[in-house]
Amino acid sequence: MTQRRSKQEQPQDPLAALSEQGRDILSRVALVLEDRALNPGALLDRPQITIDPQDVAQVCRILKNDPKTSFNTLLCIAAVDYKDRIQMVYLLLSTDGERVLAIKTDLPYDNPELPTVSGVWKAADWHEREAHDLFGVRFTGHPDLSPLLLYEGFEGYPGRKEFPFHEYDEY
Amino acid sequence: MSAMENADPLSQTHHVDLMLNMGPQHPSTHGVFRMLLRVDGEVVVDAEPHIGYLHRGSEKLAEGEQYHQVVTLFDRMDYISNFNNEWVYCRAVEKLMGIEPPERAEHIRVILGELNRVASHLLFLGTFGLDAGAMTPVMFSFRGRERVQALFEAVSGARMMHNYLHIGGLKEDVPDNFHSLMNGLLSELQADVEECDRLLTFNEVFVARSKNVGAIDLQTALDYGWTGPCIRACGLEYDVRRAEPYSIYPRFDFNIPIARDGDCWDRYFVRVMEMYESLHIIRQALKEMPEGPVMAGARRLIRPPKGDVYVRAENPRGEIGVYLVSDGTDKPYRVKVRPPSFCNLSALRQLVKNAYIADAVVILGSLDIVLGEVDR
Repeated sequence: MTQRRSKQEQPQDPLAALSEQGRDILSRVALVLEDRALNPGALLDRPQITIDPQDVAQVCRILKNDPKTSFNTLLCIAAVDYKDRIQMVYLLLSTDGERVLAIKTDLPYDNPELPTVSGVWKAADWHEREAHDLFGVRFTGHPDLSPLLLYEGFEGYPGRKEFPFHEYDEY
Repeated sequence: MSAMENADPLSQTHHVDLMLNMGPQHPSTHGVFRMLLRVDGEVVVDAEPHIGYLHRGSEKLAEGEQYHQVVTLFDRMDYISNFNNEWVYCRAVEKLMGIEPPERAEHIRVILGELNRVASHLLFLGTFGLDAGAMTPVMFSFRGRERVQALFEAVSGARMMHNYLHIGGLKEDVPDNFHSLMNGLLSELQADVEECDRLLTFNEVFVARSKNVGAIDLQTALDYGWTGPCIRACGLEYDVRRAEPYSIYPRFDFNIPIARDGDCWDRYFVRVMEMYESLHIIRQALKEMPEGPVMAGARRLIRPPKGDVYVRAENPRGEIGVYLVSDGTDKPYRVKVRPPSFCNLSALRQLVKNAYIADAVVILGSLDIVLGEVDR
């Protein structure tokens, strides 16, 4: 019952679910990033933008350094395997204005590569190594992409959907 | 006083650095954590942390389980604060489905979550004392923690790995004598916390071992993605319960303790002060706890609508985040956890540089990591 109801309640306008504050964040971001294509949207009730993978590092640097946005912390980098593409989700936090922004970018499945943001936030270092371990995403310019969670010589990318649950050789 | 000054005469002569392996089976690493230290005499020149010994692929495993089964996986991530971990996952699914848990369930969640925070910080207090060479406090703090575990057992049936919070509420109501159990526990716990505090906090040797050790400035800490007590020790008054209030936290009156210097003692002190605040919140929640149902409707199959959600919560170790993607089936498409101690630990390399080996142990202890959560 509840599930069906909530499905119908899904808003048509992607920005309709955003609060006043969420719209304010998006307008600040649009102001700072000037004429880039942002495709603003909503991650349920949080503001989100979708950008080109090659722009990620540059956009992050601007968003961190500009006082209007000042996203001084990187909360999380999540990689999601959608079988035809790999989506990277960056979650940014600004502690002085209590702002959270999601940045999404789609990578081709056969060649997932994008510039690193470890030069922007040090926090990105381990998150990127994890995504490299589990999803095989390559971050160009990352200082050291050696395995973090997996052991040396592990074959395959266990985070991906194609990786089997049980049928593989244990270490 | 920099440790490097003492090492200066050595650097004039020809010498080689020694590689020292610490862990993964080492009592002071709080789990299976390995650190490769490059030492020059007693001074750490460089450190390379190795994690992953406890990597069980929880995020991948969650993709093969139904929504209500994933709660058990979250129990096993941060195994020191199980309730807080179950809570954030349940909130993620509830937010995606638009479910509001009943009032009574919210109050019980707050009480158990805050009790878990006290238990977790008590464990930290004891083990951090051990790291700094104080053998006694751990006996007292574990006695207090055991009282909390006993209450958890009375409520959920298990000391740890409770699987008590369900999506939409709780598995079952608390036992009939919950209020009398809680009243007894609260007075004992208050005395326990005060006793541990008196025993350790201003102990001269302890302060000498931890003050001005492993200090980090606020900007660097933010750069490393620090959250929770660690960032509050650097002087930033930031708490998700206040910054982005969830559940029924806005109704309660509590302070956010902060410290200034960002060293090991400050990180310890913030946690001690947090225990008092948690007890204060529990008392208020217990007083206002209404009667009523603990589950928002009975549902066998949980099938959230298509979409994704990011939910944040304040765990004892810092901010935990859950990024959940649903494809409309009864199993989550992707569960990504942002583990607080993973981010806090990533700064270790910088923290232990130029410190003594003995201080490296204290610094690692002050971060209060749980390897189950770091490795997932």
